Amino acid sequence: MSTIAATANEFQAHGDDHAHDADHKPAFFARWFMSTNHKDIGTLYLIFAICAGIIGGGISGMMRWELAEPGIQHLTAWASWHNGLVGGGEATLNEAYHMWNVLITAHGLIMVFFMVMPAIIGGFGNWFVPIMIGAPDMAFPRMNNISFWLTVVAFIMLLGSSFVPGGSGYGAGTGWTVYAPLSTSGSVGPAVDMAIFSLHLAGAASILGAINFITTIFNMRAPGMTIHKMPLFVWSVLVTAFLLLLALPVLAAAITMLLVDRNFGGAFFDAAAGGDPVLYQHLFWFFGHPEVYIMILPGFGIVSQIVSTFSRKPVFGYLGMAYAMVAIGVVGFVVWAHHMFTTGLSVDMKMYFTAATMVIAVPTGIKIFSWIATMWGGSVSFKTPMVWAMGFIFMFTVGGVTGVVLANGGLDDNLHDTYYVVAHFHYVLSLGAVFSLFAGFYYWFGKMSGRHLNEFLGHLHFWLFFIGVNVLFFPMHFLGNQGMPRRIPDYNAAFAYWNQIASYGYVIMGVGVLVFFANVFWSLLAGRKAEGNYWGEGATTLEWTLSSPPPFHQFETLPVVK
Amino acid sequence: MKVMKKFILACGLLALPALAHAQEANPATVPATVDAKAAPVVAQATAAAEPAATAKVDAAAKPAASTDGSLPGYTPMKPTEGVGMPTAKGIDFQDQYSDLGVRAKQMNNNLLLPIIVAISLFVLALLFWVIVRFRRSANPTPSKTTHNTTIEVLWTLVPVIILLVIAYPSLTLLAAQFKPAPKEAVTIKATGNQWNWTYTYPDHGIDFTSNMLKEKDDPTRAKDDRPRTDNDGPEKLAVDQRMVVPAGVPLRIQTTASDVIHAFAVPSLWFKLDAVPGRLNEKQLIINKPGVYFGQCSELCGALHGFMPITVEALPPEKFAAWVAAKGGKMPGSATPAAPAAAAPVTNDKAAAPAAAPTK
Ligand code: HEM
Ligand SMILES: [Cu+2]
Ligand SMILES: [Cu+2]
Repeated sequence: MSTIAATANEFQAHGDDHAHDADHKPAFFARWFMSTNHKDIGTLYLIFAICAGIIGGGISGMMRWELAEPGIQHLTAWASWHNGLVGGGEATLNEAYHMWNVLITAHGLIMVFFMVMPAIIGGFGNWFVPIMIGAPDMAFPRMNNISFWLTVVAFIMLLGSSFVPGGSGYGAGTGWTVYAPLSTSGSVGPAVDMAIFSLHLAGAASILGAINFITTIFNMRAPGMTIHKMPLFVWSVLVTAFLLLLALPVLAAAITMLLVDRNFGGAFFDAAAGGDPVLYQHLFWFFGHPEVYIMILPGFGIVSQIVSTFSRKPVFGYLGMAYAMVAIGVVGFVVWAHHMFTTGLSVDMKMYFTAATMVIAVPTGIKIFSWIATMWGGSVSFKTPMVWAMGFIFMFTVGGVTGVVLANGGLDDNLHDTYYVVAHFHYVLSLGAVFSLFAGFYYWFGKMSGRHLNEFLGHLHFWLFFIGVNVLFFPMHFLGNQGMPRRIPDYNAAFAYWNQIASYGYVIMGVGVLVFFANVFWSLLAGRKAEGNYWGEGATTLEWTLSSPPPFHQFETLPVVK
Repeated sequence: MKVMKKFILACGLLALPALAHAQEANPATVPATVDAKAAPVVAQATAAAEPAATAKVDAAAKPAASTDGSLPGYTPMKPTEGVGMPTAKGIDFQDQYSDLGVRAKQMNNNLLLPIIVAISLFVLALLFWVIVRFRRSANPTPSKTTHNTTIEVLWTLVPVIILLVIAYPSLTLLAAQFKPAPKEAVTIKATGNQWNWTYTYPDHGIDFTSNMLKEKDDPTRAKDDRPRTDNDGPEKLAVDQRMVVPAGVPLRIQTTASDVIHAFAVPSLWFKLDAVPGRLNEKQLIINKPGVYFGQCSELCGALHGFMPITVEALPPEKFAAWVAAKGGKMPGSATPAAPAAAAPVTNDKAAAPAAAPTK
């Protein structure tokens, strides 16, 4: 990794905190609603993602509450209440069960498209990619603004879909995967159309964002900031942007075909008219598997920055780390059917997808060992971001190894669509992507807001969250082994024990999240002012050469990276 | 770049056995139109024009008015606690009752599980060591090492080797799972509907629909639906009419669906196959031991997805024949429908029923 021989003084001359042109901010409405400033847009994305996270997390709380014991406890009441909002009456049992499917669908879509992606790419990507490459802003600032507001409209559209009919009740109950024909002939009413349109908008927003990032990173690097000197976070966003650019159009095509089948007499996925429902799954997962890496690669980048900073060491094997991400991105496009092992694939297909999927574990292993090697020999301090990053490394390993189990088509015949899969992807997402989000938040919050978060509360948040999510998700491996299918609101009593424990885990995690919000409010109201480089010696990327928060426009004269 | 080369190499190595095995096995999916099996049977039945043919298949599909699902000459087998069903607080896979299930479970428990636990603990141990040895107070001046070719080659190669060790049994397991059923296998077609299963025995002229049994105190239970009893099986897993099959002989399980995608899954038989409208998926299954095995639909299929369980009852072949007769069907090859009277009195007692096949 490059050592960036830039010191604070070299740039501060321009971006000083005194009244200066660079700090001339537009008035409130123009600044926040017509924003073209990458940092403001990043902030908007982060606030948006937090709001979406509260809603998506609240929904998962409802799910855990219902699943805490066998039987239907609350669904009927919730469905009746929900009916009431749109002038309907008491919910029937089928409407209550439909409500369950609406909850799981909304939870999945919100967490993927409106929490993780906006936070990690829209939020941290927007904030720090331009700064880290020494650019004044993104290449297309107005397009950046469009991306954000399209995401907001998409979210409103998705929430709105739950108030219109979707088949056996209000809302779209297809699962986040929107499989045909459940999503076509199986769901009458406009809810699924609205949900699909929401995905179109969110997808368009992401494609625009991806174009923006690629252009910015290719064209706007400061003099001396060669590709092989870019911080790994920038690398990760670059690879992610390519994944978005190549994968999202396929999703857009697939869900457009759903719309055609639903509304214009199409038969792409209608077997009776010569279509093929399994074709939809191929299209969806051609997008879907890269999508899961879209959610984690920027997290890899964040963790690399943090591990290096707090070990006071450059990243070990910088080039290997960068190209491991490229390799993951490339291989990620040829493993999709490991999500379809039980659809009736031929034996050759199953063998190929088993082998190809396992290959991904190799670059993933390189990342994990390189992070540890970065700490090895370092002078490691365990500030809040670092404990989150270390939590990430371990939890991601656990999620990765269960991925290797699932990769075996012959074993997946039993595990597919059980809670084992739910455990796997929550270890890589709730404990992987989300841990990296919190790590990044604790790492950069002072930089973004100018105020420190409280270390004690940060550690408390970590431990509560860490214990909570493990109690929540680890037992799901057991449930999956025992055969509990996913996406069911009620279960046989034999599954009760671990389900109850999982629900307790949710409560512990929830308390942790409350501590997090308390910390943020405390910091914004009374937090200590953050200096430019508050992490000291180990923090070598360009954002640490600026004040906290950085001037409204940074790098009006480009920094020179040696 | 060196690293990249290795991925490509690993990719090729892993793909090799796949190619080698590709020839042996059959594609699992056969086009839906190949479902011609049913036709000859129907033709035979009509040609026979026996008086017994009046016992129409459809009539037999209606559950008898009995309160326990029994028919003349057939009483449903009582499930054994802990067999073919989840166990409270269980953490492992369910006990397996097919050879391939036993093999797959062993592969997980004896190979994969130790490997993944070891890797996770190894990473955890390294992290602990970092915390102890390289915390700032223990190591105030960081080293400047950023490369070490040996170790980088090592942590690329060792995972590749581990994956090869996993790949071999994994791919041979797949090949075994794809062994096509022999000609004489008993064919059962499971059709997923919103929200129940229809079981068709094209060679036996049997066809019925199987619904979840509701609890006695469930207010949504229709008056004339019999409530679940412990004889039927556990709550939310028991059904009114079981898919009865012979144990110890090859079964050809076909799955399809009439509306949306469902999945036919029985964890204790290591069996899961999607039921897709317009497709006929097919897979061989051999159940080693007579018994009752429970499963659930495993693909989101709408509101009552959680409430369309699967119950497979495996019987010794002669008792299976008695069940076929009780259902008004006939054994393939026999000109007349098997007479219920011909069957020995069927008991519930599992001990009395010698296992038809050697069991692991
Ligand atoms: C070592 C790397 C990994 C391997 C080998 C792997 C393998 C798999 C396999 C085979 C499945 C399909 C299981 C099934 O449905 O039966 C799966 C599901 C899934 N994986 Fe991974 N995975 C890996 C890493 C990841 C990562 C990094 C993420 C995201 C951050 C991820 C997210 C998911 C999700 C969301 C699903 C479930 C999707 C759904 O059905 O709704 N996985 N994984
Ligand atoms: Cu995948
Ligand atoms: Cu289902």
